[in-house]
Amino acid sequence: MEFSEVFRIALSAIRANKLRSVLTLLGIVIGVFSIIGVMTAVRVLQNGIESGLSNLGANTFQIQKFPVMANREERIKARNRKDITLVQAEYLLYRITTATLVGIESYDHGNVIQSLSGEKTNPNVPVFGENPQGLPTNNWIVEHGRGLTEQDMRTGGHVVVLGMDIVSKIFPGIPAEGAVGQFVKIRGKRYQVIGVFEKKGAALGGRDDNFAAIPLPVFLENFDRDRSLNIMIKAKSPEIYEDCVEEARFLLRTVRKVDPGKPDDFDIFSNDSMIATFDSFTKYVKMGVAFISFISLLAAGVGIMNIMLVSVSERVKEIGIRKAIGARKSNILTQFLTEAVVLCQIGGFIGIGVGILAGNLAALFLEIPPIFPVDWAIFAVVLCSIIGIAFGVYPAWKAANLDPIEALRYE
Amino acid sequence: MNDGTHAMSILIRLQNIKKMYQMGSEEVHALRGLNVEIKKNEYVAIMGPSGSGKSTLMNIIGCLDTPSSGMYELNGTNVSDMNDNQLARVRNKEIGFVFQTFNLLARSDVLHNVELPLIYGGVGGGERKRLARESIARVGLTDRAHHKPNELSGGQRQRVAIARALVTHPSILLADEPTGNLDSKTGDEIMGLFDVLHKEGNTIIIVTHEEEIAAHAHRRIRIRDGHIEHDEPVTDRRIIHHDIAASA
Ligand SMILES: Nc1ncnc2c1ncn2[C@@H]1O[C@H](COP(=O)(O)OP(=O)(O)OP(=O)(O)O)[C@@H](O)[C@H]1O
Ligand SMILES: [Mg+2]
Repeated sequence: MEFSEVFRIALSAIRANKLRSVLTLLGIVIGVFSIIGVMTAVRVLQNGIESGLSNLGANTFQIQKFPVMANREERIKARNRKDITLVQAEYLLYRITTATLVGIESYDHGNVIQSLSGEKTNPNVPVFGENPQGLPTNNWIVEHGRGLTEQDMRTGGHVVVLGMDIVSKIFPGIPAEGAVGQFVKIRGKRYQVIGVFEKKGAALGGRDDNFAAIPLPVFLENFDRDRSLNIMIKAKSPEIYEDCVEEARFLLRTVRKVDPGKPDDFDIFSNDSMIATFDSFTKYVKMGVAFISFISLLAAGVGIMNIMLVSVSERVKEIGIRKAIGARKSNILTQFLTEAVVLCQIGGFIGIGVGILAGNLAALFLEIPPIFPVDWAIFAVVLCSIIGIAFGVYPAWKAANLDPIEALRYE
Repeated sequence: MNDGTHAMSILIRLQNIKKMYQMGSEEVHALRGLNVEIKKNEYVAIMGPSGSGKSTLMNIIGCLDTPSSGMYELNGTNVSDMNDNQLARVRNKEIGFVFQTFNLLARSDVLHNVELPLIYGGVGGGERKRLARESIARVGLTDRAHHKPNELSGGQRQRVAIARALVTHPSILLADEPTGNLDSKTGDEIMGLFDVLHKEGNTIIIVTHEEEIAAHAHRRIRIRDGHIEHDEPVTDRRIIHHDIAASA
């Protein structure tokens, strides 16, 4: 017996009792909705955090004008803050005692980098203006050639260190080290390639290798000047990390003349702290949701079993007829099991759909791209099948083992 | 061997068939050792008072039930000790059942009802539709193929049931009081259909209370208390010539 036939019979049985089916589905919908909705929202927020962070290394924190995770209101409020200027950043750089590295950076998205032979990148390359310490605080490691030096800062030389993706795009066919010494054009200016960054890949929290770094002074000269700078600070050791944060905060408040008692007019964060706070928060949310979903799916499963038992006892005669004309036990078993699974699956798909929509409301709110959690969707589908089978198997087994004569005689 | 051809034409061989039901501490003997042989293309009426064991016998012949003891050979194979799946297969391939209460699937249309045995027999889409339509045409219901049972008259429903029974080209047609729920005119029509099917070579066994109905058959078996009382050819045969398609 073909599956399409089994499936058709299941659907028609479900359709025959629309209201009852819908009510039964509701439990599954709610259970799946809560799993998918929350998991989608959590992941959206996670993406929001990660895209807001640069690849800060260990013991490193970042100071910037805008908060990373914020809603529209907070963002608008932050707009009124003064920019972090080079003077302020250097004040901090020269005075801080608890830090080993102070990186200063600015960046500009959406640039095209072009080789002299005319090969171009897409207009999506972020170009970073960095001081020499900006590279290590970003965890960018130079693989070929050299990184940015103090000398590059002073001379104002037009030099650039390229990410691996850009090299392979605009210098096709030559090895990465061959790019060193070549010239590229950015915003109409020529830059000499002095180095190539080690490939990072898109590992956890990492971004791809589609970016370029130039000396900060050159950046400020050639790109929009009125940009607020980011400062990345690496503490001398984990033990004095907190002290380092406090010292940086103090120095920046001083140079920005923030009155005592007023809140900071800048934001401080680190990958570790952000992710840790977020994870510990989401851990409880996830546990709560897992518990609620488990309970509601269990209840839904019992509901499915109940409705399937009703369905079997309503259709004793039908089962007798099917058996009389040659249906085997396994045919009847499959029929009722399929009905239970299809019922669960319909609820599951509704739950997944509504859950993804609801979860992505967070994305809408935070103005970050929506996501489709494929893994959780698959998990939900599998879970629904398991529920359907687990709670459908007894009613189906009961149906399959009805005696054909008794069943036919049933009125 | 001379015996070979003789044995070949025997379709059903029942030897000392007994059926016993346990009702609490009491034993109900529905069949008490029946011996019957039915050949291909016989037209048999089984008669007897209520509770005499007619349905029990039909259910055993139709492989819906198994005897408590005795041997049942269908088409030369012993079915008395087959398992559930084997019996289901025999019911599907060899038996066509027609019931007093029609026993159609209410939610399915005529075509799907008639297709059902083929679905369980594993006959695929196109071939299945073709066979089902052919069978529906034989009972003269082509223009009703997409009606639901509750949109049909009793006689038409019984025709659908007959089409369903015929669709797999079974070895035997079993009908347990097929006219019991029909008025006498409609009953006559249905019997006319059985007459035609018999003429076309089918083997038919009908359970009935009515002499009128039994008069269509060629052989009459009377049962009483689980025993065969009489087993004789029908002398007062009644033949109705019907144009099946026209009487639909
Ligand atoms: N499942 C059962 N449990 C117990 N006794 C049964 C069962 N089925 C049938 N019997 C008994 O077996 C006997 C024969 O029943 P059967 O249904 O074969 O009679 P019948 O000849 O078909 O009667 P009718 O003409 O009323 O349909 C009856 O005495 C009946 O009570
Ligand atoms: Mg009976």
